[in-house]
Amino acid sequence: MANGQMRSEVSRRDLLTGGLAGGFLLAFHFPVRAANEPVQPPDDTAGKFAPNAFIRIDRAGATTLVMPQVEMGQGVYTSISMILAEELDADFAKVTLEHAPPSDKLYGNPLFGIQATGNSNSVRAWWKPLRTAGASARAMLVQAAAQQWQVEPASCTTANSEVMHTESGRKLSYGELVDAASAQTPPKDVPLKDPKNFGLIGKPLKRLDTPDKVNGKAVYGIDAMLPDMKFATLKACPVFGGKVAKVDDSAARKVPGVQKVVVLDDLVAVVGDHMWAAKKGLDALVIDWDEGPNARVSSKEIWDDLRAASEKDGAVAKSAGDIAKGLAIGDKLEASYELPFLAHATMEPINATVHVTPDSCEIWTGTQVMTRVQSEAAKAAGLPVEKVIVNNHLLGGGFGRKLEADMVVAAVRVAKQVDGPVKMVWTREEDIQHDVYRPVYRDTIAATLSGGKIVGWKYRVSGSSVMARWFPPGFQKGVDIDGVDSAIDMPYDIPNFHVEFVRAEPPAVPTGFWRGVGPNNNVFAIECFMDELARKAGKDPVEFRRSMLGNQPRFLAALNLAAEKSGWGQPLPARVGRGVCVQPSFGSFIATVVEAEVNEQGEVKLRRVTSAVDTGIAVNPDTITAQLEGGLIFGLTAALYGEITIDKGRVQQSNFNDYRMLRIDQAPKIEVHIIKSGEAPGGIGETGATAGPPALRNAIYAATGVALRRLPIDRSLIAAGRKS
Amino acid sequence: MANTLTINGEQKSFDAPADMPLLWVLRDILGMTGTKFGCGIAQCGACTVHIDGKPVRSCMLPVGAVRDRAVTTIEGVGATPVGAKVQKAWLDLEVIQCGYCQSGQIMSAAALLATTPNPDDSDIDAAMAGNICRCGTYVRIRAAIKQAASGRQS
Repeated sequence: MANGQMRSEVSRRDLLTGGLAGGFLLAFHFPVRAANEPVQPPDDTAGKFAPNAFIRIDRAGATTLVMPQVEMGQGVYTSISMILAEELDADFAKVTLEHAPPSDKLYGNPLFGIQATGNSNSVRAWWKPLRTAGASARAMLVQAAAQQWQVEPASCTTANSEVMHTESGRKLSYGELVDAASAQTPPKDVPLKDPKNFGLIGKPLKRLDTPDKVNGKAVYGIDAMLPDMKFATLKACPVFGGKVAKVDDSAARKVPGVQKVVVLDDLVAVVGDHMWAAKKGLDALVIDWDEGPNARVSSKEIWDDLRAASEKDGAVAKSAGDIAKGLAIGDKLEASYELPFLAHATMEPINATVHVTPDSCEIWTGTQVMTRVQSEAAKAAGLPVEKVIVNNHLLGGGFGRKLEADMVVAAVRVAKQVDGPVKMVWTREEDIQHDVYRPVYRDTIAATLSGGKIVGWKYRVSGSSVMARWFPPGFQKGVDIDGVDSAIDMPYDIPNFHVEFVRAEPPAVPTGFWRGVGPNNNVFAIECFMDELARKAGKDPVEFRRSMLGNQPRFLAALNLAAEKSGWGQPLPARVGRGVCVQPSFGSFIATVVEAEVNEQGEVKLRRVTSAVDTGIAVNPDTITAQLEGGLIFGLTAALYGEITIDKGRVQQSNFNDYRMLRIDQAPKIEVHIIKSGEAPGGIGETGATAGPPALRNAIYAATGVALRRLPIDRSLIAAGRKS
Repeated sequence: MANTLTINGEQKSFDAPADMPLLWVLRDILGMTGTKFGCGIAQCGACTVHIDGKPVRSCMLPVGAVRDRAVTTIEGVGATPVGAKVQKAWLDLEVIQCGYCQSGQIMSAAALLATTPNPDDSDIDAAMAGNICRCGTYVRIRAAIKQAASGRQS
């Protein structure tokens, strides 16, 4: 990475003491790394100033920052480094980064309680703790210098990794203060900087992880190379939950380079000298599957079940005013919206490299959940958790797929039967067909209008509870807190308001988090329905929203700016429309306008997207812009093409030919406008994925009058010109 | 079978079956992991390399078909003036997010600029539409190609 110093592996550490603000990190180090990874200095805190789990300074002044969150493209290594370096007053040009090892105690995300990266909360969760960690380390360095000079700490200042005594002009570098600072007691209530004095935060700084991404040097999990490593690929039963009945591997064993065929109860893996041998061997297998009870599951059955479930009352997530009264007055409108299963399709197909010995298990992978990978691998290996070493890597996309440990568990099960390390890589087909899918959802809404405003709003979301499986405390009294996110806190001022959740698990198909998570579903339904209500009320969609945002100045400002910058209201050619979306997700306040052209055949051309965002203090504004640009493309891809369908218990899509991605020739111009704010930072990584689909659908509605209520966009409905 | 290829100007000898795609020779035999596996069916462009300067999807190119033609990968493209310009523009405009597809994006862009020094939008669309970016960096890829073409600084 920057300066060739970022560790692409982490070492085994036995943490004796530690913690956010107190205690010193004492660590043992056994350098074990992939052969192709840059040579690293030993990760040893001896002789270093290591005031907490995040900061190490050696006597030469080299500053290493340990990253509690993982880098999957969202720029968080840079943002987190900026936050630490800001309060530490470190020379930012000279910091190097390390992936954190697994430890919920030291690196647990303060909002999750476990070491996980997701939910657009890295900066939100770590803002205060890392500022405190940086400020506390800085205070200890100042104390050390002040003692040496026999002056008051308050008479000293810091900048660029140096302590200065202004009056006398004396200076000591942080490197020179390592030993004296290590002897200091961490301060109790350390003051943080006034944001007006920030030197790094708020500047569009260059990312620390990108220089090695332009020359092939960056090492992702799939790139781990170890001496005497073997390569494997696998086929799992195409029917969810099915088992292996019989395998004829006689032809596979004859493929040059094939070393072994590993048959487990639910999958078969071929191990070879390289991926090509493994793949050819896999293709030569004759496998009979016991398809089991899911062999008849189809999308039709799944949708029939979900539609039936969504007609029943759900668990109440929020209720305000008198919904019965609210729905009894004014003009009533009802609609339902449906969203499909989606695969993640990270560009880096899922993979894990594992070396199992009788008393150890070492893993090289890129994961969003370090400690979960460690504990799940321990179970699969039959070893105590402390015998499992996890070396995290850069992630070639996460999007929620790598919040799961299934790929590591499968690789451990295979590796138990292999001598030496084995890298198991899923083919794209296996990656798409054995994902943990964004659930199908159905949202039903009834609302009433009086005097041009909404007076009653009853919203019911029906679908899988991902939380119930992934984080059970997030599913309580029948309500999935992610499932109703952005529905219970929609920004509009509505006097009678009622939100319900119906848990409806699809048969057979495993469900998981997908970029944008719960708000993706809810914001789509809410914002599409808002446009239908605006039309019924005879109002412009932006004006209609404005009239109910009087108590929401941050949303109103975002909406007004997006409208202004997008040219809202200015004339457009025939069959071109603008659609708007306002979203309350992840602590950010965002409005987006999509401009799209729709031809008579229902084909959609994306012309232009304009987003306005108030995300509080923008730690790295260029990252905010990039995340919205990319998230919008992610969401628009899903809106235009994304759907996983099921037939005979198996996924029908297999690769990018039938699970399509938006490409550069279809990408619109995108403008992102950041609103200056002094509030604490909000989340950003997921938000663009949420914004794109409703704004596009509303643009199609404006261009054609066709009120689509399902994704992906159905060109035949547009061509038929069916009006709502 | 024994093979010799010229990769980034260096002779590399290795044993591999003739039908083995160049991608896996690079990654699994030679340990050159900058070239990425994305789909295996030439749909995503993550595995793009240059063969005699032309962009080729190495996941479907049998190593036996390369013969004496020059192979350039992401590890070597920076040694060409156009490759270096593309890499610089990619960093200047901070194109990259996860970065996994960007080896292929840079190889496709360098090949475009080598034959079309001043590409317009439709040239860029034609040359780059075979490269998927799941992080959605397309807006910046387009801008970076234009910057690399003009030599403008951001």
